[in-house]
Amino acid sequence: MSGSIGRALAHDSAALHALGTAIYVDDMREPEGTLHVEPGYAADAACGRIENLNLDAVQRFPGVVAVLAAENIPGVNDCSPALGDDPILADGVIAFHGQVIFAVVAETRDIARRAARLAKIEIAADRPAVTVEDAMAFGTKDVVPEYAFKLGDVAKALKASPHVITESFHVGGQEHFYIEGQVALASPQEKGGMVVYSSTQHPTEVQHCIAKMLKLPDAMVTCECRRMGGAFGGKESQAAQWAALAALAAHVTGRPAKCRLDRDHDMMMTGKRHDVRIDYKVGYDASGRITATDVEFLARCGYSADLSQGVCDRTMFHADNAYFYPAYHIKSRRLRTNTVSNTAFRGFGGPQGMVFAERMMDRIAIETGLDPLDVRKRNLYGRGRDVTPYKQKVKDNIALEIIEALEKSSDYRARRKSIRKFNDESAILKKGIALTPVKFGISFTLTHLNQAGALVHVYTDGSVHLNHGGTEMGQGLYIKIAQVVAQEFGIAVDMVNITATTTGKVPNTSPTAASSGTDLNGMAAKNAAAAIKERMADVAAKDWKVAASKIRFENGRVISGNHSMSFGELAKACHIARVSLSSTGFYATPEITWDRPNATGNPFFYFAYGASCSEVTIDTFTGEMRVDRVDILHDVGYSLNPAIDIGQIEGGFVQGMGWLTTEELVYDDKGVLRTHAPSTYKIPCASDVPEDFRVNLYDSGGNPADSIYRSKAVGEPPLMLPISVWCAINDAIAGLNPGVAPKLVVPATPEAILRAVKSMQS
Amino acid sequence: MTRRTIRFLRKGKVAELSAVPPMRTLLEYLRLTEKSKGTKEGCNEGDCGSCTVALGSIEDGHIVYEPVNACIVLLGQIDGKELITVDDLANDGKLHPVQQAFVDHHASQCGFCTPGFIMALFTLYHAGFKPTRQQIVDHIAGNLCRCTGYRPIIDAATQACNGRITDAWVADSSAELLATIQDGEDVFIGDDQSFFAAPATAEGLAKLCETYPDATIVAGATDVGLWITKQLRVLPKIISVGRAHRFDTIEDHVGHISIGASATYADAEPYLTAIDPDLGEAIRRVGAKQVRASGTIGGNIANGSPIGDMPPMLIALGATLHLRHGDAQRAMPLEDFFLAYGKQDRAPGELVWRIDVPKLNPRDAYRCYKISKRRDQDISAVMAAFKFTLDGRMISAARIAFGGMAATPKRAAQAEAALVGASFDDALSWNAALSALHDDYQPISDMRASAAYRVDMAKALLCKALMEVGSGRSRDTRLSGLREEAA
Repeated sequence: MSGSIGRALAHDSAALHALGTAIYVDDMREPEGTLHVEPGYAADAACGRIENLNLDAVQRFPGVVAVLAAENIPGVNDCSPALGDDPILADGVIAFHGQVIFAVVAETRDIARRAARLAKIEIAADRPAVTVEDAMAFGTKDVVPEYAFKLGDVAKALKASPHVITESFHVGGQEHFYIEGQVALASPQEKGGMVVYSSTQHPTEVQHCIAKMLKLPDAMVTCECRRMGGAFGGKESQAAQWAALAALAAHVTGRPAKCRLDRDHDMMMTGKRHDVRIDYKVGYDASGRITATDVEFLARCGYSADLSQGVCDRTMFHADNAYFYPAYHIKSRRLRTNTVSNTAFRGFGGPQGMVFAERMMDRIAIETGLDPLDVRKRNLYGRGRDVTPYKQKVKDNIALEIIEALEKSSDYRARRKSIRKFNDESAILKKGIALTPVKFGISFTLTHLNQAGALVHVYTDGSVHLNHGGTEMGQGLYIKIAQVVAQEFGIAVDMVNITATTTGKVPNTSPTAASSGTDLNGMAAKNAAAAIKERMADVAAKDWKVAASKIRFENGRVISGNHSMSFGELAKACHIARVSLSSTGFYATPEITWDRPNATGNPFFYFAYGASCSEVTIDTFTGEMRVDRVDILHDVGYSLNPAIDIGQIEGGFVQGMGWLTTEELVYDDKGVLRTHAPSTYKIPCASDVPEDFRVNLYDSGGNPADSIYRSKAVGEPPLMLPISVWCAINDAIAGLNPGVAPKLVVPATPEAILRAVKSMQS
Repeated sequence: MTRRTIRFLRKGKVAELSAVPPMRTLLEYLRLTEKSKGTKEGCNEGDCGSCTVALGSIEDGHIVYEPVNACIVLLGQIDGKELITVDDLANDGKLHPVQQAFVDHHASQCGFCTPGFIMALFTLYHAGFKPTRQQIVDHIAGNLCRCTGYRPIIDAATQACNGRITDAWVADSSAELLATIQDGEDVFIGDDQSFFAAPATAEGLAKLCETYPDATIVAGATDVGLWITKQLRVLPKIISVGRAHRFDTIEDHVGHISIGASATYADAEPYLTAIDPDLGEAIRRVGAKQVRASGTIGGNIANGSPIGDMPPMLIALGATLHLRHGDAQRAMPLEDFFLAYGKQDRAPGELVWRIDVPKLNPRDAYRCYKISKRRDQDISAVMAAFKFTLDGRMISAARIAFGGMAATPKRAAQAEAALVGASFDDALSWNAALSALHDDYQPISDMRASAAYRVDMAKALLCKALMEVGSGRSRDTRLSGLREEAA
């Protein structure tokens, strides 16, 4: 055993997943008398005043124990992450279709579901603002103020540019479609306290929300999460409401209560990736180099702020992707619509910014006749061109190295030629190819969130109890942190028992988000283990009469010179010597600063880089599309666990590909989401993944930033790699009429592709 | 004789239940009654595969395992079957080869979909052959994973499903026990007001349906299951067709095949594929394995969805529908069965009995196409089917049917007429038929497609069919389902 770091160990729960014995919240043995909570809403209205709420039939339905409405909440009726604008139960008005007005508490879930449909609700319905265009036309107040990055006189710079492109296009949202829907189980405790088991990325926020709602001190509420069946940002802020309803039911009835959303309700009632309209002008020279860019992102935020400020900021932070803009005006409006409040989703706004940058590159290539890859390379950050629109200097740039390595390994140039030949000879089927980079900033841009805690115990048999503030949603965080702790102690990973995340062990945590789980919690756990290890080494040093610095922990043993004992023997010796074998650990990311009012600072500890090359074929008769081959080269620094990292890259790619191709959210003009189940909302399935899928880790010299074992965060960045698929589709269409830009939107469904094909003829 | 219980094989023993409420789903039974929590609910509508379990039944003396979505199968419907769930696979703590392959290949991340994949692949493991990648992908098209991107799952399946069977279910180990619970008794659990019934004969079925015209007739439950789980409809009287002996028989005659109404898509696939490879490819894209193992051709017709895939395919072939009401039988061209949106020419208590499907004559050419947002396991935006009768390079007759273009599956009468005399060598001669499609159809816009796209597709697909028949090629005109590969 040569240490745990860098090994392709299986996910800590891999066998349990396969056996079906991994316990998710709905699988927990229900405490005796558990009740079931079903949210109720107005079926035929999106927004307006609640004129009449008649719950008599609901109340009378056999098996119903309680019906909850806003007036049953003893404390604060809010489950928002920040601004206090998300009522747990609507109070007097609703602002989107599906907003929860009441909740049924019943003996069984089936009873609760049936009873909930018996409510008679009259809404004085207003006309909903469904789209950003509606919001602008109606003049609804933005959920948070607009914000911009500016440098230079962009209007002047555009005027002075040899060429200018003006365009507007739509980028659709995305449903998380975690396979385990939202769920929480609340169990009332003595003195009015509450324990809640929640499928949440943010146990601390759930704890705070419930404490406020029940007028309890935070210390009286504990929130625990062992694992989630997927989250992807959808359980960052939006797990709180369901946990709160379960806790409210438990509070009111004195019995345990569970709230689990049906898939349709989950999709109607919880937010999604923000869809945006992107209006831009870009100036460039004959070489395809950008001279100035002026862009406005119009984001559909939904009825409340939720996390829209951070999400929309991150769109701006990634509007450059890997490219240098000498003059810019990057503006974002956060529009309020009568739709569900959009929220965090893997990439957190970044994807929308990047798709804009890549669209610009493709447009410039079409206008200039240059290869899109050459336009991209020409615009990369480089010497003297290395300051981002938020004034952070890009010091760790490896975009060009990665692009060129992939250009070679994917055989881009030769394939470009053979594709041209194929297209010359094929009337109906057309191929396209694209190679696009990703540069993604790592750190929460809300700087204070960049902290984490851990708790480590060593027992006298040498086994280790590990706890930290991060949550496990499938991304492999738990095994990575266990590897860190095992490495520190020089013991096998299976000696480390990974335990459920709970606010009772590690308090005041940040959400597991922003790809930061391993970076933050890994360091905190390492610090905790290091503190114990130091004490243990002192005991051994004293016993062996050697310097503590001469003591090594490796292969499950503690060694110095000729002295050796097992890790467990030393643990026991420490106990006898009355030395603590338990420690917390804490970490706060160094060096980062962000002055938002002045749009300047170093908000990111480092950047993660990658690139992908995709080849597609489209059917110009029907708009159908097939991804033929994908090559990926992605940088994870020194990988803590290559199997987990490759899983994140491949999974992120396919998820992003879904956003860009088949996943289409359709709202009707009444504000009703028409695609609220897998029958109508199509995430990728196995046959959408190309057989020829070549994924490699970049041969990195390690993260230049002092991250955990010089690794790099990997959760979100790969989601943006499949922008190459979208660009390849565009490339295939563009070939139909060189010099004309296809009017392609996101998602590029068959219908959208056909529309773009037809746009080439006009 | 009537049996008041259902019996099935569970963990090596015969389980017998008398408490079988008509609307109880198999998933509810597993999670709420048995408290077997390995099987997960992902969507509760048979579209994500997380609840996949294996059902074993005896065919020609051997056990055949099929994957089904437990969320929409009714508990009563598993009578006479062996029920295997993810909780059953490990042997003394040792992982099943499929489970072990998942661990070896890092094929789970959040793990919530994993039990469903394991069970879908358990049935592939027991298929007894070494599948190709395409077969694996097809087998798991009904299982959604949001984390992995599928590559490691496909790798795990490749490792585990290698044609060698070494698990506890090797060599039909349960066959003998399963044989003991096959009988000719009608199942009827409940009373006149609320019951689950599964007659043992087709005649008994016809009679029961006549007796209880207000009962809900259930075949694969891939549609009715959703009435229960999603619409929360109260369906107190359920008559399941699944046990009726020989009601699922498919007869292969000289000029036609005759499909018993409870034959599943999986049953019918080889027969229809033999008529034309396009039918096989289209059926491969109806739902996914789970849906095709449960769903029936008869059910797809009986429910009359305007976007059902089978009716257009069969109408273009000139299929005849046979109905039975008590002892009375009648027949009609399939297209005449669909009267209006949600309204079919079927009296209460009347059963879809069988479908006679003519084979193609040497002068016939057939093509069908399915357009959907996602290639596999999606509901069609447009389903198109064409049969051209050729006179040399000319068309002497045409049958054209579309799904998704009207409130019912519908023939394109005017385009059919306009196509007579058209030549494959003169694309201009197609124009009358292409523009006639505008008169034949006025589709609507919905979440699957806009009306304009649907009209575009009708024209594009007719055009494509003419090109393909004219050239005898499909390689230049299709992304998948190439006829050259099927040949």
